[in-house]
Amino acid sequence: MQVLLYILQKEFLLIFRDKTILRLIFIMPLMQLLVIPLAADYEVKHIAIAVVDLDHSSTSQRLTHKVGSSSYFQIIATPHSYAEATKLAEEGKADIVLTIPPDFERDLETTGLTSLQLAADAVDGVRAGLGTSYALAMVRQFQAGMRSGATSADMSRAGPTIEVVSANLYNPHIDYPKFMVPGLLAILVTMVGAFLSALNIVQEKEAGTIEQINVTPIAKYQFILGKLIPFWLLGLLSITIGMLVGRVAFDLWPAGSLLTIYLFSAVYLIGVLGIGLFISTLTESQQQATLISFFFMMIFVLLSGLYTPIESMPNWAQTIAAFNPPSYFVEVVRGVYIKGSETRDLLPALLRLGGFALVFNLLAMWSYKKRSS
Amino acid sequence: MAGEGQAVVVDGICKSYGGDVQALQNVSFEVKPGELFGLIGPDGAGKTTLLRILTTLLLADSGSASVHGLDVRREFSAIRGIVGYMPGKFSLYQDLSVEENLNFFATVFGTTVKANYHLVEDIYRQLEPFKTRLAGNLSGGMKQKLALCCALIHAPTVLFLDEPTTGVDPVSRKDFWGMLGRLRDSGIAIVVSTPYMDEAARCERIALIQKGQIIAMDSLAGILASNQTETYAVRGEGLLGVLKALRAYPETRYCYAFGQEHHLVLKGDADPKGAESFLRAQGHQDVSFRRIEPTIEDVFIALMQDQADV
Repeated sequence: MQVLLYILQKEFLLIFRDKTILRLIFIMPLMQLLVIPLAADYEVKHIAIAVVDLDHSSTSQRLTHKVGSSSYFQIIATPHSYAEATKLAEEGKADIVLTIPPDFERDLETTGLTSLQLAADAVDGVRAGLGTSYALAMVRQFQAGMRSGATSADMSRAGPTIEVVSANLYNPHIDYPKFMVPGLLAILVTMVGAFLSALNIVQEKEAGTIEQINVTPIAKYQFILGKLIPFWLLGLLSITIGMLVGRVAFDLWPAGSLLTIYLFSAVYLIGVLGIGLFISTLTESQQQATLISFFFMMIFVLLSGLYTPIESMPNWAQTIAAFNPPSYFVEVVRGVYIKGSETRDLLPALLRLGGFALVFNLLAMWSYKKRSS
Repeated sequence: MAGEGQAVVVDGICKSYGGDVQALQNVSFEVKPGELFGLIGPDGAGKTTLLRILTTLLLADSGSASVHGLDVRREFSAIRGIVGYMPGKFSLYQDLSVEENLNFFATVFGTTVKANYHLVEDIYRQLEPFKTRLAGNLSGGMKQKLALCCALIHAPTVLFLDEPTTGVDPVSRKDFWGMLGRLRDSGIAIVVSTPYMDEAARCERIALIQKGQIIAMDSLAGILASNQTETYAVRGEGLLGVLKALRAYPETRYCYAFGQEHHLVLKGDADPKGAESFLRAQGHQDVSFRRIEPTIEDVFIALMQDQADV
């Protein structure tokens, strides 16, 4: 026990002398939380649209005006032919081409049936998909507006309509920072826990200090605990800093209990520290550890549900995500922040995180050897 | 068991790294308490592998070894408490100060610097002015002295030092060997590896090691006495040309550059006069031949040659 205390004392001395670790712990949360939620949200704005109005009627002009007045679209040109418009798309100037056919107004008034054409530059799939759906919504709104202006006789001719009213629960205005900050907090803890610890242990290998430690009576568990405990505390420190940044910069604070956040962080950190330890046993240099960490980090982030919802992934990807510890932690932190989830609501996630902690640490212990054969 | 009372017993140790590379082949030796034992050989001879096996960091493929009767395979944890090891590469915490390093290694062995200060006093006194300096900022010689302190602070009974003087200036080297001599006098068994032949004189006994095999083992005087190959020092104008000519001479067994002259060993009872006239006939000027006492380096080369001839 006493030996462990001496080891911890040494570890803390070294951590506080390592400027890189300190910078990472304090600057990483600041940068991630201040920049990413503001820069990267899912909304696509300022879509460049080219409107080809072949009708030149008052209805087509009203439609054009409606599209132009939306903050989502920016009419960059009103070419006279579809061919001219596609040329703009080719040059990358237009994202979407809206073509209003001739006789648009007349058909609408006489038969009540007409068509419009939307063409999207799908090189950027997200922009094309969202752009078309925004444009469709706009046309639908335009149609509804026409109806309400019509007489009741016209109404009956158009048939009954269903109006859908939607409400966003827990985050009524779909406020992106509110959604992103908790997710980023989860990723932050992952980085500190898994990668700083891995790098730290590999550093001992690189410097050869591990050789000197291995010939001492220090037991395997003492060495491992000596490494895990400081980074466990640093992980908790980093989420605390992260939460404070969220509070100051975005006025965000968990709707639920802080205790829940810390309980889950504590368990989750044990798991990611196990991953870090495991990475360190597989590698011989900090370079190798960094590269392997990159690989893990990509999977961790992309399959965590931070940016894309896991539910909308294909089944096989959902299966992988089910084994991705950050996916549970992202869900938990978001739940506590936005919904005010309590520990008992999140028990299944707690069990899973506990399971991960057990598995990764056993794996790491098994592969850490004090001597080689 | 055999070797009762010995500090270190090595019996038929073999170790290979992945198939082809035989790092150690059937190595055996014993070291008595209070003996300074030198493992001398070039880089890649297997010295580090041997020391890593004895310090329980590496498992041998076959053979057995023990330290104070404790088996390196089964009783490794007991061994770790009684041996001191100084790896070839500086392995202390560069970001800890001199005293922090020393304190740390004392405490993990369950002792204090104070309790064993007498062991390191001699060496530590030289480090004292720099005790708050980070270990990474020490000079090469100072680093080695600190590493020795850290390996000694838990009062080990056997000390394993892997090339402790490599990269250290000549004055510090001399200093360092002086310290090892005093430690030996206090009863500690020391196994030290070195690529420097001239350090052999500092050891009670030496083992010459080459390609994983011990090719000779005795005191320095013993090794020199039992390997009296007739050796000639040859001088002449144009050293490189002389060397080439000597190597081309049919009666030459082998010849190598040695400082400002060449050392020559001839086949069987060949007469050096013959070699001398051969050189003159080739037009080399100022040729002189001189019979010399083989140094440890000459002996090492002779033994290597014998090994190659077998």
